[in-house]
Amino acid sequence: MINGILHPKNVIDQLVRQKVSHYVTLPDSETAHMYKALMAEPSITVVPVAREGEAIPVAAGLFLAGQNPVISIQNAGFYEAGDALRGLALGIGLPLVMFIGYRGHNRKGDTPDSAAAFLEPYLHLWRVDYFVIESDDDLERVPLAFERAAATNQPFAVAIGTEYAKEGVE
Amino acid sequence: MITYENACRIINRSRGSAVSVTTMTQTKYWNEISEEPDLDIGISNGMSKASSIALGVALGKPETTVLCLDADGSLLMNLGSLATVAGMGPKNMFHFVFNNGIYAITGGQPVPAPGVEYAEVAKACGYSASYRFEDTETFDNNLPKILQSEGPVLIELIVKGEPQTDGVDQTWESNAGMPKQLRALRKRLTGKDDWGAGGPYI
Repeated sequence: MINGILHPKNVIDQLVRQKVSHYVTLPDSETAHMYKALMAEPSITVVPVAREGEAIPVAAGLFLAGQNPVISIQNAGFYEAGDALRGLALGIGLPLVMFIGYRGHNRKGDTPDSAAAFLEPYLHLWRVDYFVIESDDDLERVPLAFERAAATNQPFAVAIGTEYAKEGVE
Repeated sequence: MITYENACRIINRSRGSAVSVTTMTQTKYWNEISEEPDLDIGISNGMSKASSIALGVALGKPETTVLCLDADGSLLMNLGSLATVAGMGPKNMFHFVFNNGIYAITGGQPVPAPGVEYAEVAKACGYSASYRFEDTETFDNNLPKILQSEGPVLIELIVKGEPQTDGVDQTWESNAGMPKQLRALRKRLTGKDDWGAGGPYI
């Protein structure tokens, strides 16, 4: 990837500000440093799932119990999670912020990775609104994503268009 | 072999104020006997995901017992959830698997491997305990004690299949049922009626 620097700590600060309780995730290569940083954040419980299709229903159950979860999965796994998105997010009006790893994304728009090529058309197909975040400069969009999900009672996607930076990288 | 009706009656007798997450044929029987409809979710529009929703509720409300009345065909589609549940280790989750070896809703076709022993799979994944019952009396005698133990526990029930031939009810009203149930459960669990309308059904 050739995009800006995105520090996990800065995203975690945003999640803490939103009072996120659980981070339901299946790690991928782009978010490896995020996963490590989250383990050091005591206010957020990480819930690892075995397959991306579990992430939305686990988050739905947490929401029913009064918690404030988010999910984080890669675009390829987001496609696998399609039926859960249909029935257990869009179908029930679940206000869920979904962080989607935008594997293969670059600003030139020329990618050999079909996982990237299909992501935005796929979000449009499901009528899921989204922002793309490519660096720390874009983080002001994170609270907007929570606002939009809550205001519409619908899932809202935040596509992570760069690899999370390793700790210490500036 | 155990009948759905008997299994649901036995579970309901020991239910207390547990949340129930049901799917497939057992939802029909559970709805007929449940005395706590605000604590019930019938997963009618989330194929195979009863165990995952139950896990979320169990993690979010660790002081509340959560009963998942899952099905073998459903669990086969979401078998990795056994590892996810075991990994999180919710002590308040009891996972029943109604094993009839068929896809009853679609007419009774066999599942790919009718001989899978789900209690053994759960044990291998790391559930705290797992059991397999083939007769009503043994299940009835053992369930109260099992529900006093620490989860996650999987209870596999060998049940008599009831293939359906009249299709699935797909109307705007029937599809609004689950979103309404979910809102009632959240209200019951949190004491707040703060989840407004959303989605195509309500």
